[in-house]
Amino acid sequence: MEKKPKRIGVYVCHCGGNISDYVDVEKVRRSVEGEDAEIVVLAKTTMFACSDANQREMVEDIKANNLDSVIVSSCSPKLHMLTFRNVSVRADLNKFTYVHANIREQASWAHSDDKNGATEKAIHLVKAAIAKARYAEPLETNKIRAVKTVAVIGAGVAGMKAAISLAQKNTDVILIEKEPFVGGRVAQWDSLSTTTETGKEMVKRLYNELLKYDNITIMTNSEVIENKGSVGNISLKIKKTPRFINATACHPDDLKRAIEVCPVEVPDDFNFRLNSRKAIYKNYPSEYPQIPVIDVKNCTRCGECEKVCKAIDFNEKEEIFEIVAGSVLMATGFDSYTPAYGEFGYATSENVITLPQFKRLIDTQFDKLIYKGKEIKTIAYIYCVGSRQTDGENTYCSRNCCTSTIHAALTAKNKFKNITNYHFNRGLRTYGKQEILYADSLRSGDIYFQSYEDGLPKVSVEGAKTIVKVNDVLTNNREIEVEADLVVLVTGMVPRSDNSIGTLFKLPKGRDKFYNEVHMKLRPVETVIDGITIAGACQGPKNITESVNSALSAATKSYTILSRGELETDPLVATIDPEKCSWCGACEEACPFDAILKVENGKKVIAEINNTVCKGCGMCAPVCDPDAVNLIACSSREIMSMIDALV
Amino acid sequence: MGELNKKSAKILVFSTEKISDPAIDMAGLLKLHYPPTVYTISIPCSSGIKPSWILYAYEKGFDGVFIAADGSDCIYGESCTEKTGNLVSKTHNLMKEKNIDPARLRMAAICSVCSESFVKQVRGFNEYLLKTLHA
Repeated sequence: MEKKPKRIGVYVCHCGGNISDYVDVEKVRRSVEGEDAEIVVLAKTTMFACSDANQREMVEDIKANNLDSVIVSSCSPKLHMLTFRNVSVRADLNKFTYVHANIREQASWAHSDDKNGATEKAIHLVKAAIAKARYAEPLETNKIRAVKTVAVIGAGVAGMKAAISLAQKNTDVILIEKEPFVGGRVAQWDSLSTTTETGKEMVKRLYNELLKYDNITIMTNSEVIENKGSVGNISLKIKKTPRFINATACHPDDLKRAIEVCPVEVPDDFNFRLNSRKAIYKNYPSEYPQIPVIDVKNCTRCGECEKVCKAIDFNEKEEIFEIVAGSVLMATGFDSYTPAYGEFGYATSENVITLPQFKRLIDTQFDKLIYKGKEIKTIAYIYCVGSRQTDGENTYCSRNCCTSTIHAALTAKNKFKNITNYHFNRGLRTYGKQEILYADSLRSGDIYFQSYEDGLPKVSVEGAKTIVKVNDVLTNNREIEVEADLVVLVTGMVPRSDNSIGTLFKLPKGRDKFYNEVHMKLRPVETVIDGITIAGACQGPKNITESVNSALSAATKSYTILSRGELETDPLVATIDPEKCSWCGACEEACPFDAILKVENGKKVIAEINNTVCKGCGMCAPVCDPDAVNLIACSSREIMSMIDALV
Repeated sequence: MGELNKKSAKILVFSTEKISDPAIDMAGLLKLHYPPTVYTISIPCSSGIKPSWILYAYEKGFDGVFIAADGSDCIYGESCTEKTGNLVSKTHNLMKEKNIDPARLRMAAICSVCSESFVKQVRGFNEYLLKTLHA
C-alpha cells in the first residue's frame, strides 16, 4: 500500500539580517511552497527561528496542520539542530523527523559577494532538506556510557576554578598543567584591581582548595600528547616530565641551598626576562607545588646541588600516563604580545619595556623604582601596542589592557615617590566598574593624551633622553612632547604561540586566532568538537573575573554532558536488505567495530547488524556489491533524492 | 552535463558531520567566498560514500564531485583513509567505463579547521571543471 504523502512545514529564517541581507528569504519561501505544494503544507519566513515566540508558534503550527515533519532553514545545525528537534518533541513529533538546512554559513555568509547566487543556493539547499524529510522516519535514540571524568587542561585560575567546580559536582577531574607550577599568569601579578588579594595569594587559596577534593588529580609538568575517541570516552596520553627532585626526601633548607649553589644563570621568563634565575628553581618562594624543578635543558650537571641536597635525583624518568575522560575542558591561557624590533623603540631603546615587564618591575622593587640602574620618575604609557592594529593581524581590542595599565600606573604612584604618569591612548576602554580606576587615576593627577590610528605616538632617543611625541586630539592636535625615564608599551593578549594542544584536538580558531566557541551568546563555552569546552583567555582576551565566569560556565557544560553517566546518540545505524543480501563477508571485513553478524535467514545466510555495537559510520555500505546495506537517514534513496534537488 | 554556467561549475561536496562540516561552516563565517554552485551533503564518514551516489550525481548534471574526507582525524578509526581511497579508486574505474573524466572526482582531507584549504580546493576544482567542461 502506498504511503500517504507527508505533511511538511518549512521555516525560512532571516537571522536578523545575517541571512536576509544576502538571501531573498521570501523568494526561498515562495519557491518551496510553489513547487512542493503537495507535501509542503506550510512555508513561513521568520525573523529569528530560534526565538521563544517562534518556537511556540512552530509547536502550534505542527499541531494545527498535522505536520509529519518540520524543516528550519537557518544557521549551522551545530547551533540549533537540538533546539528544533526539541520543538518537534514538544509538538509530539519524533525528533528524528526534523531536518535542518544550513543557509547561513553555507549560503548567505559564504556567498555574501553574490546575492543571487546565495539565494539560488539557499533554494536548492531547502529543497534538498525537503527531499530528505520525505524519507525521515521516527527513530529511538541509542545510549552510550559516558565516563564521568573531565580532563581540565591548564592550571591557571580558570582551570583551577573549573576543576573545583567540577569536583563539587561529584565529577572526577584530572587537572593537567604543562608548566612545573600551577597558577598561570595570575601568579605573576602581586597587585590586582578591585581586591586586596595578590595574584600569588589567590593561586595559593585555589591550590589549597584543590587539595581538599579527593576526586581531583593534579598533574604538573605534564602535557597531553595524544587523544583518541569522542565525547563520553576520550582517551588521552599524558607525558609527565620529571622534576629530578625526590619529593619524599625533600628538605626545604637543603633545597634552598641547592638553588643558592647552582652556578647556572638563565633569563627568567617568569619575570619577563628582566632578570635571571638558576637551573634549579622556583619562581617565587610560596609557589605550588612547593617542590622546585630542575630545568634540565639548561642544567650543566655540575653536581653542585647534589652535594648539598639528597633530594636531587637525576635518575627520574619521563612517564607516560593513559587516562579516559568523558569531556575535556581547555583553559590554556594566552601569551603577551611581543613588539617587533624597533616598534615604538622596543629593543632599540633601553628605556622601553612592555606592560607585563613593568608590572613585574613594580612587584620586585621597593622604596625606589629602579630600571637599569636609574631611578624612574616620569613614565609614558603607549596604549594598544599589538592590539587594534590597522596593518598587523591583531585587529581586535585586547579589552583588559587599559584597566591593567591604569591599575599599574596607580600602583607605581602609590608605592614609589614622585611618579608622574603620561598615558598616550587611543580612547580608553575601562568598562563597567573599572571606570572607578580611571577616575582615581585622574584624581591622582595622571595626564592623558589621545590620538587615532593615523597619528600614533612616536618614540625617539636623543642622547640619554627618551622622547615621546604625539599630536593630541584632545587639545586640537597640538604637538605634545614628553621626556620619559621609562616608556611602557601597553601590550595586549595574543593566542599562545605554542598551539600544539589546539592542533591535537583540532580546535577551531576565530579570526583573532583564539579558540572559537560555537556561538558567542548561545553556546559560549562549547566548541564544534563534541565534548570539548573552552574557558578563560584561550578563547580571547579576558580579565580574571571574566575568566572565572567562563571557567564556571565551561565546568557546568562539561558536567551537563556527563552528569547522567550516559549519552544519547543518534540511532543512525546500518540496515541490511535481506532480499538483496546473500552473505559475501565484505561488510564484515569493512566494519571496524565487529557489528556485522552472519545469520541464517530462512534458506540463506545473510548479514545482520548488531545495533548496540554499530556506530553508524557507513563503512560497510560502499563495499556491498548488491547494494544491500544502507545507513538510516543516509540511505541511497535519501542521498539520491537530495542530489535530484540540488542539481 | 548540467546547464552551462560560465561563472561556476556545479560541484557536489560530500562532507562529514564531525570533521569537514565545521570547516565548511567556518569558511562561511570567515566570508571566504567560493562558487555558490558548490553544494554540500553531510554524511557521517567519508568511507561510507557509495560510488553509485557519485555516478548518479554526474548522471543528473553535476560537473564535479568533491569528497571532503576525514583523513586521519576520522572518529571511526584509522582505516577510514584507506577505505575512502578504495572507494575513490573503485569510482574512478567505473567513471572510466562510462567515459567520464576521472579528474571530475576529487578528494582531499579537510580537517575541522581547514576552511582555507577547503575554499582553495573547491576554487581550484571549479577552475579545472570550467576549463575542461565549459571552455
